[in-house]
Order: sequence, then structure tokens, then C-alpha cells
Amino acid sequence: MATGAAFSGWLHRAADSDIWWSFKSSPMTIAAATATFLIVAVAFLSPVLAPHTPFDPATLNLSDGLKPPVLLSADGDWRFPLGTDDQGRDILSSIMYGTRLSLLVGLASVVVAMALGIVLGLLSGYLGGTVDAVIMRVADVQLTFPAILVALLIDGVVRGLISVKRHDEIAVFVIVGAIGLSFWVQYARTVRGSVMVEKNKEYVQAARVIGLSPLLIMVRHVLPNVTGPVLVIATINLGLAIITEATLSFLGVGLPSTQPSLGTLIRLGNEVLQSGDWWITVFPGATLAALVLAVNLLGDWLRDALNPKLR
Amino acid sequence: MFVFILKRLLQSVAVLLAVGFVAFSLFRYVGDPINAMVGQDTSAEERETLREKLGLNDPAPIQFLTFIANAAQGKFGLSYRTSEPVGRMILERVPATLELSFCAAIFALFVGVPMGVYTGLYPRHWTSQLFQAVSLIGVSLPTFLIGIVLILIFAVWLKLLPSFGRGETVDLGWWTTNFLTWSGLKALILPSITLGLFQLTLLMRLVRSEMLEVMRTDYIKFARARGLTNRAINFGHALKNTLVPVITVAGLQLGALIAFAIVTETVFAWPGVGQLFIQSVQFADIPVMAAYLLLIGLLFVVINLTVDLLYFAVDPRLRSQGGAARVAGH
Repeated sequence: MATGAAFSGWLHRAADSDIWWSFKSSPMTIAAATATFLIVAVAFLSPVLAPHTPFDPATLNLSDGLKPPVLLSADGDWRFPLGTDDQGRDILSSIMYGTRLSLLVGLASVVVAMALGIVLGLLSGYLGGTVDAVIMRVADVQLTFPAILVALLIDGVVRGLISVKRHDEIAVFVIVGAIGLSFWVQYARTVRGSVMVEKNKEYVQAARVIGLSPLLIMVRHVLPNVTGPVLVIATINLGLAIITEATLSFLGVGLPSTQPSLGTLIRLGNEVLQSGDWWITVFPGATLAALVLAVNLLGDWLRDALNPKLR
Repeated sequence: MFVFILKRLLQSVAVLLAVGFVAFSLFRYVGDPINAMVGQDTSAEERETLREKLGLNDPAPIQFLTFIANAAQGKFGLSYRTSEPVGRMILERVPATLELSFCAAIFALFVGVPMGVYTGLYPRHWTSQLFQAVSLIGVSLPTFLIGIVLILIFAVWLKLLPSFGRGETVDLGWWTTNFLTWSGLKALILPSITLGLFQLTLLMRLVRSEMLEVMRTDYIKFARARGLTNRAINFGHALKNTLVPVITVAGLQLGALIAFAIVTETVFAWPGVGQLFIQSVQFADIPVMAAYLLLIGLLFVVINLTVDLLYFAVDPRLRSQGGAARVAGH
């Protein structure tokens, strides 16, 4: 009972909050949130919902290859509502599994970038001096290049260090690491700026006076006060991370075709685009565009809603 | 102002040295230059002699200096993949990338800025609202998807334009150009639009918001009170004062254009430097990657520096501030 009451109390507070009000009053945001929720739900339920398991070779039949979408052609087959690719894989199921992988890689790389950025930003802001100088100069040099170039380069270096076969097995981790390493700068700079403001406030001085270790002060006292802006950057970067992964996979240096994300599916479809089999590449492309647009709209809304200056 | 320029120059050199160091570490420690040069059956002693001869046993700082000196002369070693000199491979492909980026930049500037001016002057008109909505989608779509959609419509369905390669090019000895043949010009259209579209939407949104801001200022009201024509006000007074941020963004985006040419070149099988870079990433061809990194680093540093210096040419306020800072410094 007690938890029920606490929960309803929390609900009342949430329903009264500014954020909920700004969410309710923007139809675009509600549409974006609904779309995001639907895509995420379908993607993560793909093992249950998908009509086929497209990357299990035993279930494929070459005679099902290159079927067009059902509603647009008489050659369609109701078992494959969005058609099939040249191997006879169901496009709809491939998209569902691919979206799940794209989302997972996007989320994981945002988490990696955020963790790295927070740690380096805290160290840089709290310790200052040489540590700060070194970290910020590295950040400056990295900012000279677009993130996608950095990610490409990291991926290429990893390929140089390990064999190609081994690379395919750990491709997901390589790609998450490459994107994470190329997006940490923004978090580090934001955290550093906030930490430099926070560290001179009374509560930090008090913590120092009672003899807490710097590590404890950073993690328990400073960090909770700098998370707001970091979370906003993370939401906005999620769309960018998904696009970066899709671009790398499209270029053929991301996820291999045995483990296709949306970008890989678009690349595979693009290879047969000239023959007019457009559905293999257009449907994954449209899914990617819808996902990124919805996530970006949500991120923009969150940034405006959490920024008191814009109200 | 002089102090500022000197500081910026030193900073640029430092960034370049850092990039050079990364490229050197890649070249020297990730790949083994010896393995690329000799066969499987070369004995350990022969390898050691070659190592000594190439200076690979020298102290690391000396090797770094040699690497930088060679790079400055365009010597980047041999590609692991084709065994050709990397410098020549890149040089052969530079014209394709530069011509593509140039056309994309022209497209973005000459369509994006007028669209921005228009939407900034008449924000309530329905065409402005349409431009705004389209530009939102343009910012969210990844480059390669735009390319694929254009190929599908104009090459596969309408069969109007070619979808891959440069078409016929004219060899001018040291430069191959698309501009002198009909098929070369046609081949440029789709890739340039694909590459320039993101920059176009970016410029349009920037010019729009700047114009909206400038049109509210007192000097525009005063110009109207003086009875100047709309044309003189819109272009002579308003647009001119939006130029500082536009130059920054346009300049910085020029670098992004050349970097994103990697994606566009892959979509359209365009034989440029970006395509070479992707192939070298796929094959872990370290010398090509190191050389590309150095070139792009140099390019970005030069662009950033030029943009900073252009401020002084465009904004007289900065010149006097720089002067004031110098006086204060003495």
C-alpha cells in the first residue's frame, strides 16, 4: 500500500510539472514520442513479432528471392508483406532485427561517450593544471575533425591490429568504441565547465573541510549537480550516433552482413538498386529516417523544456 | 591584431604536429613497414639489415622528424594494398574530390543563401514555411540516403542522369576535369546535390535566423526612414550584417564537405580521395590512412585559420578590439 501511495504521489507531481505541461502542449512532440515508442517497442519485440528469422540460413528459400511488396504488385506474396531480397530474406523481419541492432549500438555508443566524457571532464575540471591542459588540448585536436572521420580512423586502426575474421566477430564492440571515442569531447567540455563553477561553491568546500577524498567529492557531490546538461546532450546525440553507425555500416566498415543493422541493409539493397529492386533499400531507409527524425524532435523538445532561459 | 594572428599561427602548428604524431604512430607502430616490402621467405637477418637501412632502428624522435620531412615532400611510402607510392595515388584522385566539393559548395551557397534571405524577409509566407519544413527533414536525413533516393528517381526510374563514375574527363596533364565534357557535367549533378544538401539547409536556417534578428534593429528602421529602396535595405544593410556568422559556418563547412565526400563518393562510385580512404580502411592500408589523416589535418587547420583571419576583413569592430588588446598588452 505504501508504495502504491508513493507512486500515485509521484504521478501527481509528474502531472503537475512544467515538463509534462510542455510535452502536452506540443502535438509534434507527442507524435514524435509515439513514433519513437512504437519503433523501439517493435524493434525489441522482434523475436516475438517478426514473421521470419531472416538470418537463419535454414529457413531461407532461394525461390522466394526478389518478391516485390504485396500492395504494389501482383507478384507479391502475403508471407512477405514488404517483399524479399535476392536471398529470399523477408524485408520486414530484417528491418525489425536491424532496427534493434541500430538502436542498441546507438544507445551503447552514447553511454560510452557519456561515461568517457564525464570521467575526463570531472578530472579536468576538478584537478585543473596539467591534467586539464592535456585533456583539453586532446579535445581541441579531435574537434578539428568531423566525428565520422575519427570513427572511421579508429575502425581502420583496429582492423590493422587484428585479423579480418576476428574483426567480424567483435564488430559490434569495435563500432560502439569507435563512435563512443569520437563523441566524448562535447560531454567532457560541458562537465568541465559546470565542475569549475560548482567546485568553488560552499558545499564542495564544506565536503573538503570534513576531509572527504577528492574522488568521493567528485562522484557524490559534484557529479549529481552537472548531470542535467549531460543528459540533454545525450538525447540530442542519440540521433547522431544512430546516423553515424548507419553511415559506417553503409560504407562497409561497420556491422557485417551476417549481423545487419539498418545501415548494412541499405548497403546490401543499394548493390542491387540499379536493377530496379527498390524495396530492398527504400524500406530500411525510410525506417532509419523516421527513427532519426523522431529521436531528434524529442531531443530538441527536451533541450528547450529543460532550458529555463527559453521559457 | 598582430599578437592574435601570431597566437593563432602557433596554435595551428601545434595542432598539425599533434596530427602528424598520430599519423606517425599509425604508420610506424600499427602496421609494420617491413612486412609490406618483403616476401614471406625473407630471413630474419635480411629483415634486420633492411630495418637498419631504412632507419627503423633509429630513436623514435629522429624517425618522427624523418617522417615529417618525407611527408612535407609528398613521400608517404608504399600502399600495402597496391604497392604503389601513396603520394601519387592520392594526387591522382585529388581533382575528382575537389571538383565535386567545389560544385557542392557553389550549389549550397547560391541556393541556400537566397532561400535564407527569402524566408527571413517573409517568415509568414507559405513558401517560407514549406522551405522550413523541408529543411528540417534535410537536416535529419543521412547523406547516403539522400544519394540513394536521387539515384533511384533520376537514374533508375527516369534514366536522365548517370548514377556512378565521373563520365568522360579531360586530362590536362596534371589535372583531370569534368567541366569540359557534356557527360562529365551530367555526372556531377547528382553527387553535388547529395553532398551540398545538408550544407544548403544549414546555411538557409542560419541566414534566416540572422535576417530575422537584423530586420528588427534600429539601423534598418532608420534606413527605411531615409527612404531607401527595399532592395538597398535588404541586401546592402541587412544581408551584409549577417555575413560574419555565415562566413564562419560556410568556411568550416567547406572542410566538412571534403570529409563527407567520403560518403557521397562511395554512393556514386566517384573515383576521389574519399573512396580511396574507405578502401584503405577496409583493407587496413595504414600508409594511405596516415597520409589521408595528414592531408585532411592540414586542410582543416588552413580552413580554420583562414576563417579566423577573414573576420578581420569583414568585421571592423574586431580590428579595433584587436588594436585595443595590443595597447592594453603594452
